[in-house]
Amino acid sequence: MMIGVLALQGDFDAHRRRLEELGAEVLLVKKPEQLDLIDGLVIPGGESGTFLKLLGDAGFEKLKQFVRLKPTFGTCAGAILLATEVENPQQKGLGALNIRIRRNAYGRQIDSSIREGQFVARHQSGDPHDAALRESPLEMVFIRAPKIEHVGEGVEILATEGSDPVAVRQGRAMAATFHPELSADTRVHQAFLDLCGTDLCGTDTPVRRP
Amino acid sequence: MSQNNGNTTSLRLKTGLAEMLKGGVIMDVTTPAQATIAERAGAVAVMALERVPAQIRAEGGVARMASPKIIREIMAAVSIPVMAKCRIGHFAEAQVLQELGVDYIDESEVLTPADEAHHVDKHAFTVPFVCGARNLGEALRRIAEGACMIRTKGEAGTGDVVHAVKHIRQIVQEMKILTVLGEEELYAKAKEHQAPYELIRIVAKAGKLPVPNFSAGGIATPADASLVMQLGAEAVFVGSGIFMKDSTTFADPAESEKRARAIVQAATHYQDPKVLLEVSEDLQGAMKGLAVSGLDEAHMLQTRGW
Repeated sequence: MMIGVLALQGDFDAHRRRLEELGAEVLLVKKPEQLDLIDGLVIPGGESGTFLKLLGDAGFEKLKQFVRLKPTFGTCAGAILLATEVENPQQKGLGALNIRIRRNAYGRQIDSSIREGQFVARHQSGDPHDAALRESPLEMVFIRAPKIEHVGEGVEILATEGSDPVAVRQGRAMAATFHPELSADTRVHQAFLDLCGTDLCGTDTPVRRP
Repeated sequence: MSQNNGNTTSLRLKTGLAEMLKGGVIMDVTTPAQATIAERAGAVAVMALERVPAQIRAEGGVARMASPKIIREIMAAVSIPVMAKCRIGHFAEAQVLQELGVDYIDESEVLTPADEAHHVDKHAFTVPFVCGARNLGEALRRIAEGACMIRTKGEAGTGDVVHAVKHIRQIVQEMKILTVLGEEELYAKAKEHQAPYELIRIVAKAGKLPVPNFSAGGIATPADASLVMQLGAEAVFVGSGIFMKDSTTFADPAESEKRARAIVQAATHYQDPKVLLEVSEDLQGAMKGLAVSGLDEAHMLQTRGW
């Protein structure tokens, strides 16, 4: 399984290290055509506006197609890119997640923080019919982070911090407003690799969008 | 959550923002209009200044922290992080900048130093600091004081990349040497570099600095950005090179934006000469610049800092 990490700018190397640690083969993606070579993509933290400039119109369209076909996981700036609606200021999104997200919603760097939130995972009983959800504490690193202000239809909440949803999934798209790549806990990346594995095996076809 | 000075949480958040800037270009700006151009061109952050280094060099006088009013206007104009410079050792300027809410402080040799022996105790702040360095010892002394990002000093305001190259090569080479030395030799290296042994040991083990390592000081073209990144820099600061035509006049804003876009592309595709050619092709030359080899020691900014 080859996982791409969008390497236009940002903390792509932290994601590469984490994914390799979990046994994935990683390709740093700098050109649109490299999207054809991978089974899943991570969009890292960084500056979302800079990502858009570097993607260009052609790269953006190609990525928009990709996120409908293959699993994609965005953290922070990556989450902003995957959203349908972006505020503060408004900018275009890939529309893979039916959410409204607000950039720099906590404030400036001085308001960045490490908090403990709750990770919601399916019970690891090995029984595929046991769909019980379990919450467990998870460290979350928020750096000039965005906030998910509205969760639309079809979006599942994967993690919360206080009353805020901070990680979500819709079909093949997954996003976190925090940076799991900067914490020692590997569960969030593992959840994404599980999503890629499921997608590749074709045992689950969670396509909810046209 | 700003009550976490000096502990690990604080360090992780401070270096965390630097991680997000990797592969990007941080641009010097003096007006909200320039900041907007920089953001539109794809800058990952801007450095808010009253005068860019080339102007400071040309005009002389005491260079101080920029007026908070200008910095505030620039902060209001863009959604990307805003950095600002304080004088070396001037912790009161740094306190003002932290109060203002800038995202990063550059304790910079470009401004006239305020203390001839001491740098700012950066652990005492919640806001992260970047500091310049010419060699590994200087980089590690700054990290020991709490800097969460290192940039090469180069020679700011010249448009001549030669010392940015010299400094990144120096730092990278000194780190490589540490990786092959035995434990007992590291103590002697700590003495030689005048740096804390613990940091020497961390570098020897990792082969890199414990904080992001960027490049600055004379970068003026897309190829300059590619050069320092191929030599090991993780992002670039471009000062006078974008908005200046020469050391006293500003370039045409449209031309500046083109240069800015080209350097942003170059920082991402620094290993791809095809892209570098494409982005370099329609630029109408870079700032006139000042050859560093013609500068005498007294006019160098890089020798400031201890």
